[in-house]
Amino acid sequence: MLKVENLHASVGEKDILRGINLTVKAGEVHAIMGPNGSGKSTLASVLAGNEKFTVTQGSVEFMGEDLLPMPIEERSRKGLFLGFQYPVEIPGVSMANFMKMAVNEQRKARGEEPLSAAEYLRMMKEKSAIVELDSKLTSRAVNEGFSGGEKKKNEIFQMAMLDPKLAILDETDSGLDIDALRIVATGVTRLHTNENATVVITHYQRLLDYIVPDYVHVLYKGRIIYTGDKTLALRLEKEGYDWLINNYEE
Amino acid sequence: MSDNSRNIIDELEKSDYKYGFVTDIDTDVIESGLSEDVVRRISEKKGEPEWMLERRLKAYRHWLTLEPPTWAHLTIPQIDFQAISYYAAPKPKKQLNSMDEVDPELKRTFDKLGIPLEEQMALAGVAVDAVMDSVSVKTTFKDTLAEKGIIFCSISEAIKEHPELVKKYLGSVVPHTDNFYAALNAAVFSDGSFCYIPKGVRCPMELSTYFRINASGTGQFERTLIVADEGSYVSYLEGCTAPQRDENQLHAAVVEIIVEKDADVKYSTVQNWYPGDKDGKGGIFNFVTKRGLCKQGAHLSWTQVETGSALTWKYPSCILLGDNSSGEFYSVAMTNNRQQADTGTKMIHIGRNTRSRIVSKGISAGLSENSYRGLVRVAKGAENARNYSQCDSLLIGDRCGAHTYPVIDCHNPSAILEHEATTSKISEEQLFYCNQRGLSTEDAVGLIVNGYAREVLAKLPMEFAVEAQKLLSISLEGSVG
Repeated sequence: MLKVENLHASVGEKDILRGINLTVKAGEVHAIMGPNGSGKSTLASVLAGNEKFTVTQGSVEFMGEDLLPMPIEERSRKGLFLGFQYPVEIPGVSMANFMKMAVNEQRKARGEEPLSAAEYLRMMKEKSAIVELDSKLTSRAVNEGFSGGEKKKNEIFQMAMLDPKLAILDETDSGLDIDALRIVATGVTRLHTNENATVVITHYQRLLDYIVPDYVHVLYKGRIIYTGDKTLALRLEKEGYDWLINNYEE
Repeated sequence: MSDNSRNIIDELEKSDYKYGFVTDIDTDVIESGLSEDVVRRISEKKGEPEWMLERRLKAYRHWLTLEPPTWAHLTIPQIDFQAISYYAAPKPKKQLNSMDEVDPELKRTFDKLGIPLEEQMALAGVAVDAVMDSVSVKTTFKDTLAEKGIIFCSISEAIKEHPELVKKYLGSVVPHTDNFYAALNAAVFSDGSFCYIPKGVRCPMELSTYFRINASGTGQFERTLIVADEGSYVSYLEGCTAPQRDENQLHAAVVEIIVEKDADVKYSTVQNWYPGDKDGKGGIFNFVTKRGLCKQGAHLSWTQVETGSALTWKYPSCILLGDNSSGEFYSVAMTNNRQQADTGTKMIHIGRNTRSRIVSKGISAGLSENSYRGLVRVAKGAENARNYSQCDSLLIGDRCGAHTYPVIDCHNPSAILEHEATTSKISEEQLFYCNQRGLSTEDAVGLIVNGYAREVLAKLPMEFAVEAQKLLSISLEGSVG
């Protein structure tokens, strides 16, 4: 589904990704961990197409197509979803309206008719239940005045609405209390199938109690320096990154 | 700024005026230039009574003593007032009795504009007094309105049929001495709408008028007079789109509203005159004087969505004369390319316990200049006056300008006046977020702009709000990143 080879990216003069290799297949869950500033969020942003970063080297294949030349919205319509670490507010635009446009864009890309108002409302109700999102929130402006927890639930709600092939969740667990974490993580798990894949970026093992990863990668200084299974996250939680970093030589 | 934003801005500048077409209709034009003789001929062509001619001449003579105002934040090219033709009317073949008799060419124009002049009108419940090149072509729903005693007709007709009302109210809020363009309008106004709502009557439908400038090189001088008698209510809508032109066209309208005791008037406009091409060539010069007078307990609300014109000079205002009267001004002004807008309002508090509210949303793109100019004046006797003002500016790109000139002039210590202002840009993060959800940059910008303007759009009557939303998006059309 996703094949990243030797990916390099920079912002300004600064190289942030320095040769990422990552293969994600349908049905898999990958966790990306690593110390602050290692390039985790940048990797997510670059895959989504954020123009703040310049890809200087390497290739990315997504669903059999060359991802890098695609505009951001094209990547989205092909099934790539990014759960934002800091969801953006759009004043005056209701969440319901925003998602309706987004859902219909995806449908249009697949050659389908736009949803009727009734169909859309039914879908919204069903999907918001997955993350126990207060239905009142969908009539409010996008992320405006949402609490930290609501914003993150709202990201997963959008993921549910758009039903992506590949979801990249950038620190979706940060800033969540224990209950909200459970709800969000359970929501993500419920959305997981054999047809799609999830990449979760996190600092904490506790998220992985709910979203059990097939692979855990450690990102450091713009490279994946170690890959293990779910037990790696437990060890990192206990021992930190030092044992990996100290053994790592450029 | 990323390439993406640069592209949007470049595309914005390329988007053509969607309603740029010219209708081929036989037009009766007076040769260009302005003189007493021309004023007389206008009056004569319209078959006006002597008193109206006298008023016109008085205004014309006063106009001769005035200079065009220069205080606005506008770069106004020299206008040669002698190069303009002051009268153009589609040649009427005969008096029209039904839709079938309307010139098919004219009907096609209205169809292109999407103006439903026929059965749709009945369904929509809107009465339209369609004004095209100054002469009213057709007024619908007159009978329904007449049952309630409501008068809704062209101003020319009102001058003939209801001289006592016109004499009493015309020029009572905007006298010909008010300003240069008001004087010009008073001298040469060609046509416009007149509306009278009798005491205690609630107008059962939205009244609307569509204006269009059609004949090339003719200025359009609309005159609108709305009188809401004691305890009455009316919602009045005015909207316009003008065909594309090469030379600049002058538009100097006057709108007067008299809101008698305890009456309530809601006046809504969507203005989309031709703004000129991306280099600023052509486009309408729009110098408008709009003002309402509120008597005791009266309420007047102005809502405007301004997307057109090369130059906009417009300050719909409220004189809160009566105790407990209130005024509102809700505005979205959008400028693009080389458009310039200097628009805002005046709230003049004279009566006690008067209230006013101003919500102004400016949107600037391209190389345009967008200014808010407002005055809140509290007179000495205006005990307990309240005003709340909010002026927001949204910038798209980094080559446009947004300016605010709010003036507060308070002569009574019991007044409570609030002013809030913000300036923002559409952020890269917002666009990225929308793009990531599959929206094109063009759709994203349209969405964000509409969200920003929502508070004002929500004040428009339903069908108008939809039209206004489309208009904002049209103005942003072709903005694929």
